[in-house]
Amino acid sequence: MQTVKMVITGPFNSGKTSFIGSVSEIPVVRTERKITDETRNVKNQTTVAMDFGRITIDKDLALYLFGTPGQKRFDFMWEILSEGMLGFVVLIDSSRPETFREARRILDTFRSYSNTPFVIAANKQDDEDAWPADDLKIALGLDSNVRVLPCVATSKESVKNILLELLYVILETAPEEPAPARKR
Amino acid sequence: MAIKGNLRDVGLNQLLNLIYLAHKTGALAIENEASRADARLYFKEGKLIQAALDGKAPRLTEIMVRVGKLTPEQAKAIHARSRVDTDKELGLLLIQNGILNQQDIIQGVKNYLLEAVYQIFTWRSGNFRFDPNLLPPDERITVAVTLDHLIIEGTRRVQEWEHLKDELPDLDVPLKFAERPDLNLRNVSLSVEQWKVVSFINSRNTIRQIASFLKIDEFQIRRIVYGLQTAGLVDVLPSPVAASAPRATAPVPSAPVGRSLITRVIDRLRSL
Ligand SMILES: Nc1nc2c(ncn2[C@@H]2O[C@H](COP(=O)(O)OP(=O)(O)OP(=O)(O)O)[C@@H](O)[C@H]2O)c(=O)[nH]1
Ligand SMILES: [Mg+2]
Repeated sequence: MQTVKMVITGPFNSGKTSFIGSVSEIPVVRTERKITDETRNVKNQTTVAMDFGRITIDKDLALYLFGTPGQKRFDFMWEILSEGMLGFVVLIDSSRPETFREARRILDTFRSYSNTPFVIAANKQDDEDAWPADDLKIALGLDSNVRVLPCVATSKESVKNILLELLYVILETAPEEPAPARKR
Repeated sequence: MAIKGNLRDVGLNQLLNLIYLAHKTGALAIENEASRADARLYFKEGKLIQAALDGKAPRLTEIMVRVGKLTPEQAKAIHARSRVDTDKELGLLLIQNGILNQQDIIQGVKNYLLEAVYQIFTWRSGNFRFDPNLLPPDERITVAVTLDHLIIEGTRRVQEWEHLKDELPDLDVPLKFAERPDLNLRNVSLSVEQWKVVSFINSRNTIRQIASFLKIDEFQIRRIVYGLQTAGLVDVLPSPVAASAPRATAPVPSAPVGRSLITRVIDRLRSL
């Protein structure tokens, strides 16, 4: 069985765990812990390590989704996590502009590891305070060719759509012929 | 005359036993060959009184943070208030400010010492030397931990090591995700160390490659992988990598993925 992986990243509380949970066929394996510090007023559970979910593609292939930890002190995991990924999604809580700068920092960090394909998901579009995806793109100062897509991470259809968009970007950059099997 | 040697030949358990039975006083310095870490354990009349990892004896506040009795912010605040950098002063401040009581402090230091020794039990090789009558710096706190139950626990850990070696004899095999992780995954909660290992799984990286990249020693990697296996998350591929394969120290980068594979993923997602 071959496995491929995608990384779901984004600032604290942006919806990464929800996103993976919406499409994973296994319960999202997570390490959540009660929050004890100043971030407590936002939520009371956070992912201290990573989330991880799975979608079986066929009998020979499985796609794994890895969510990065929400808190800064786990940033050392990012580079490790990004090794060998097909692509990544940066989730942003569109209703909290105070997190946009952090989202940009995360995006830049991931891009510095490799030029892996990615899309930006403007999450929580069902929230009345959510910034529209196009405005978010301008606020983040992104190139016009970067895809910023509206998203509701709690909806399976929406998450499917984001992953498909990412796969289309990946397809554009994939080599014409399947890579020859590596010699063992 | 110093007691010197290598853990390969004389285990930590035997050393502790010697110190315990002979009521020795002094410092036991050990250097881990695999990870380059070093440790120094201090004993007084056959009891463990202090430990220094990586070259220095930690301050009381650092110990309390390590064992979870103090937050880093609280430790910082106490440092700011202390005039002299001694554990006695730090301890007094902790008590006077109502943050910890004497019992908490003693128990915290004991826990730290136990953890330090347990960690050293996982070292398989490394030079050691015992310097009689060498005591920790005056400004650091000491407690007294009797060695008998440490020795029993050490024996248990050595047995665990033997068991792990039986369960996972070969580290030069690739690690892969279990084909069908079962449904009780809901209760699985992984440590950061386990996550680090999991994130390297790609059916090609061997256990040894992952361990050496993450600087985890053999005991720990066996333990982590065994835990992941028992949880049903990973399988160890039975086929060993060909002996001719280069022994890369870093994990092998993933091969580029072809269009047909992407198309398969797309088709599957559309039908979800
Ligand atoms: N309205 C709305 N709420 C959402 C959406 N996605 C996530 N949430 C909520 O936002 C909160 C954070 O979601 P999580 O999935 O825990 O976010 P996370 O990124 O995993 O958080 P950390 O791991 O702590 O960084 C939860 O209360 C979710 O229910 C969405 O699309 N719409
Ligand atoms: Mg989360």
